[in-house]
Amino acid sequence: MAELSPARILAELKNNGATHVVWLPDSETNFLYVLMSEEPSIDLVPVSREGHAFSTAAGLAAGGKKPVILIQNTGMMESGDSLRGWGLGMNVPVVMMVGYRGWTRHGVINDTAAFYTERFLHAFNINYYLVESDEDADRISIAFAEAQREKRPVAVLVGDEYHGFNVSR
Amino acid sequence: MMKTAEMLEIFNKHRGDAVVIPGRGGRFWVEMSDQPDRDLPLGDPAMGGHASFALGLALAIPDQRVVLFDSEGDVLMGMGALPTIAEKAPSNLYHFMLDNGVYATTGGQPVPNAEQMEYDVVAQGCGYPSTYAIDNLEDFASQIEEILSGPGPVFVALKIDPEIINEPINARPQWQRKTRNQAVADMQAELGISGG
Repeated sequence: MAELSPARILAELKNNGATHVVWLPDSETNFLYVLMSEEPSIDLVPVSREGHAFSTAAGLAAGGKKPVILIQNTGMMESGDSLRGWGLGMNVPVVMMVGYRGWTRHGVINDTAAFYTERFLHAFNINYYLVESDEDADRISIAFAEAQREKRPVAVLVGDEYHGFNVSR
Repeated sequence: MMKTAEMLEIFNKHRGDAVVIPGRGGRFWVEMSDQPDRDLPLGDPAMGGHASFALGLALAIPDQRVVLFDSEGDVLMGMGALPTIAEKAPSNLYHFMLDNGVYATTGGQPVPNAEQMEYDVVAQGCGYPSTYAIDNLEDFASQIEEILSGPGPVFVALKIDPEIINEPINARPQWQRKTRNQAVADMQAELGISGG
């Protein structure tokens, strides 16, 4: 199966005018960090707890910027109240790229992080798009357009743990 | 110890054209501010997030001074925001923190280790280049101009009197004059910002 290349992800962020990436490292998006840190058009804002990502993004959006949140599904679930109050409550049009730890295509899930991920998004009524390979990457642009149109967070689930994002190319 | 309203009255004389996020001081601030379109009285969207919100706003509008009145309960809940603020180091961010030692809006229960905490030391340890601890109005009045005239990020721990609220949330007076989204929209219009 084709893999998801960090360069393609970065291109999607740039094409959609992302100004800031508010992030906390995870195993799905490891290599993307290297590319982003070398990209002058994007400012990285590192947080130490995923809930801060939503309030930071709310502030950036209030100031007219276009942030992207880059976190793991575990941290997204820890961030529930911040997503509620800052993300949804302030109508922040932000794409949240979420590393889908534990996700498998065949459907046998042994990681509770993956088991609860989509259930969590359903509970918060957050729409989401699954991106596993470069062929899916244009869904990121769909998410950006939807976030802007609906004035609310939209998720992109990155289902490529320890594959393309960690392979230097 | 200071009364929040009295402290804010003094700050208001030195505000200039700063964008103000009054945080837990919002119910007092909306009564005295004469630039409501530069105010973001958001109330409490989700506890622990004010500092990160202010950081994001300060990064987005670097030509504007951003003043936040945070609380010690929020800082304790979101203490991990302090190193991020220190790393990004927005020179336009002035981070005041109201420390009354208690969770005043839930009946006045003490915050963890309330008597021992030195929040200015915490902020300094997280990398804020400039920190203050002030526990009376006279010192606040004499230092506020210096604080606001220097570069940020600045952290100012303020000892204030607990003004405890012990009513059910739905029974409390509604002090906000705008919705959160309207406050943001008004600020964006005032500053000429197109929506994010």
